Amino acid sequence: MSEPVKQEGAQALDEGIEAGISGLTTEQIASVINEVIDNETGARLKTYVDTCVHCGLCSEACHFYLSHEKDPHYSPVGKVKQTLWEMLRKKGRVGPAFIKNAAIIAHTECNLCKRCAQYCPFGIDIAYLMLVVRRIIHKLGVTPLYIQDTAHSHSVTMNQMWVKGDEWPDTLQWQEEEAQTEIPTLRIPLDKEGADIMYSVIAPEPKFQAQLIYQMAVIMDVAGVNWTMPATLGWDNSDMAMYTGDNEIMGRLKRTHYETAQRLRVKRIVMGECGHAFRSVYDMGNRWLGWKMPPIPMVHAIDFYHELLSQGRIKIKQKYPEPVTLHDPCNVVRGGGLGEKLREVAHAMCETVVEMHPNREHNYCCSAGGGVINCGPPFKMTRVNGNRVKAEQLFAAKTRGAKTLITPCHNCHSGLHDIVEHFGIGLEIKFISDILYEIIEKPEAT
Amino acid sequence: MHDVYSFVTGPLAWAAFLLFIGGSLFKLGWMLHLVAKKERFIFTYMSWRYSFRSILHWIMPFATTNWKLHPVLTIVTFAFHLCLLATPLFLLSHIILWDEAWNIRWWAFPDALADVMTVVVILSCLFFLIRRVQQPEVRFVTSTSDFIILAIVAMPFITGFIAYHQWFNYKVSFILHILSGEVMLAAIPFTRLSHMILSPFTRAYMGSEFGGVRHAKDW
Ligand code: SF4
Ligand code: SF4
Repeated sequence: MSEPVKQEGAQALDEGIEAGISGLTTEQIASVINEVIDNETGARLKTYVDTCVHCGLCSEACHFYLSHEKDPHYSPVGKVKQTLWEMLRKKGRVGPAFIKNAAIIAHTECNLCKRCAQYCPFGIDIAYLMLVVRRIIHKLGVTPLYIQDTAHSHSVTMNQMWVKGDEWPDTLQWQEEEAQTEIPTLRIPLDKEGADIMYSVIAPEPKFQAQLIYQMAVIMDVAGVNWTMPATLGWDNSDMAMYTGDNEIMGRLKRTHYETAQRLRVKRIVMGECGHAFRSVYDMGNRWLGWKMPPIPMVHAIDFYHELLSQGRIKIKQKYPEPVTLHDPCNVVRGGGLGEKLREVAHAMCETVVEMHPNREHNYCCSAGGGVINCGPPFKMTRVNGNRVKAEQLFAAKTRGAKTLITPCHNCHSGLHDIVEHFGIGLEIKFISDILYEIIEKPEAT
Repeated sequence: MHDVYSFVTGPLAWAAFLLFIGGSLFKLGWMLHLVAKKERFIFTYMSWRYSFRSILHWIMPFATTNWKLHPVLTIVTFAFHLCLLATPLFLLSHIILWDEAWNIRWWAFPDALADVMTVVVILSCLFFLIRRVQQPEVRFVTSTSDFIILAIVAMPFITGFIAYHQWFNYKVSFILHILSGEVMLAAIPFTRLSHMILSPFTRAYMGSEFGGVRHAKDW
């Protein structure tokens, strides 16, 4: 049967992939594939492959498929066919060109968003299968350059952005001083043992978005929370190693994060508005370390804001007047059930909330998640063009009045920013804390 | 002809049932063994409540988002599976065989009903065949084995229908019917037809993950 041609633009060139495949032989590839399949996978992989009836019913779950006019190359099962099935059928004996294509598919055409698991009648977890492919790609040294650089940063500095030792406390001090012009008594308590809460963020915050730390410091201060941020490694809760299949580094990162909280003897961890970090801390990293659930109570910022608002620890001075719409980040909503709380927070903060459809756990991914945006500029258009359906969704919300788009996730932010810009949608994108910071009652500056 | 008949209804029938039951048990056992050996964490995440919550949604027509998205396919799929399982179990002439061999009997469908159900299975198979060839997303992931499996499932019903209506040489179509039924039974554990045995487990696991960890609906 002749195969249809895949719709795509000019094939992106990734130096990491090119360099990675240049020295590979079929024998090496086969031995790595078989080693991963035989030693690292078990009942799930086997049962998923045996049970899949090739019905294609998972297709309509995937934004890549829907955005490419239903090109079957982008359907969830289509991606498995082009990668894992072939590897299994040939007992690993595939060539470097195949591996290059598999790296591009698994790393840049799947966000591991797990929407397809809600559409397959058997609940086959295609995101897991794509992670197995990424693990193979990792072991072959063919991971795309940009995300591999991030994994290297994790490995060397224990943070995602090559933030150096002194940059971290310097940034906190700088933000503390900035915030003191507004609230003179405000502190960002550093390494305070016995605090109630350890607040952890992802490294892009100190690197590029220090105002988010400022805003959270103000919220914490106003709410009178006994909190701290670690002075040592472990302050960064992000984890791109989880997405490159570098499970060993993922484990090191999460262990450091949790052990830091233990050292500080805090009652719980609150993490910033990030989706992938939540997945790593709550779902994948902890499991790799053998913890069914996080060993220290851990909540996402949505949960925390919800608690502060419902307990009246922060009060809204005046609701945000512009109509907002919500983008549900997959990792906290499909991955953590925070959809309702997100809505309650949004309704408490804003005059008007316009819903996008589909929403909650059925929401389409932003197409930046799963490490796709971290594969960098070569693949920017892969994810933007791969999410036309999101653009349509955003446009519909805008038509119904939305002016601001709230999403409590860093990757969603950057991904949606590119979509809004490329398709000329014209929505302002905000974190929850951007709005909360503006509208809560604060002590008057003296 | 008589020899062939006694062979397919004797040793072959035994072999088919043995392969079916033994193969299914082996398949299940192997899966559980793999979980115990390599993915023990799966046991810790399994939840009866969320497993059944998920399974129940998916075995009910139109109870999930995806079933609602594909109304025709949903109706055909459910009608097909129901008829596929019920017809051979409640067909009078099958029950008579059980009665003769083991002295056990149970309630039977009227022949006219069983006849209609047989037609439903055959037409559904035709529908799946057309869908496989027509729909690009299905065609893309189709291999020869998918057509063979479809044929394996359709054959017992086609031959049974022909035999019942005595259109051709009755003896030949009857023997072909028995033979194809045996092929189907024996093939279940060793082909993707094993979704019959395994899918409750994959569904239950995803249901448990979504219910217990992800706190989200998986339908
Ligand atoms: S992007 Fe999401 S829906 Fe598409 S294949 Fe990957 S996990 Fe499934
Ligand atoms: S819906 Fe499930 S069974 Fe059907 S092709 Fe997709 S993964 Fe396979």
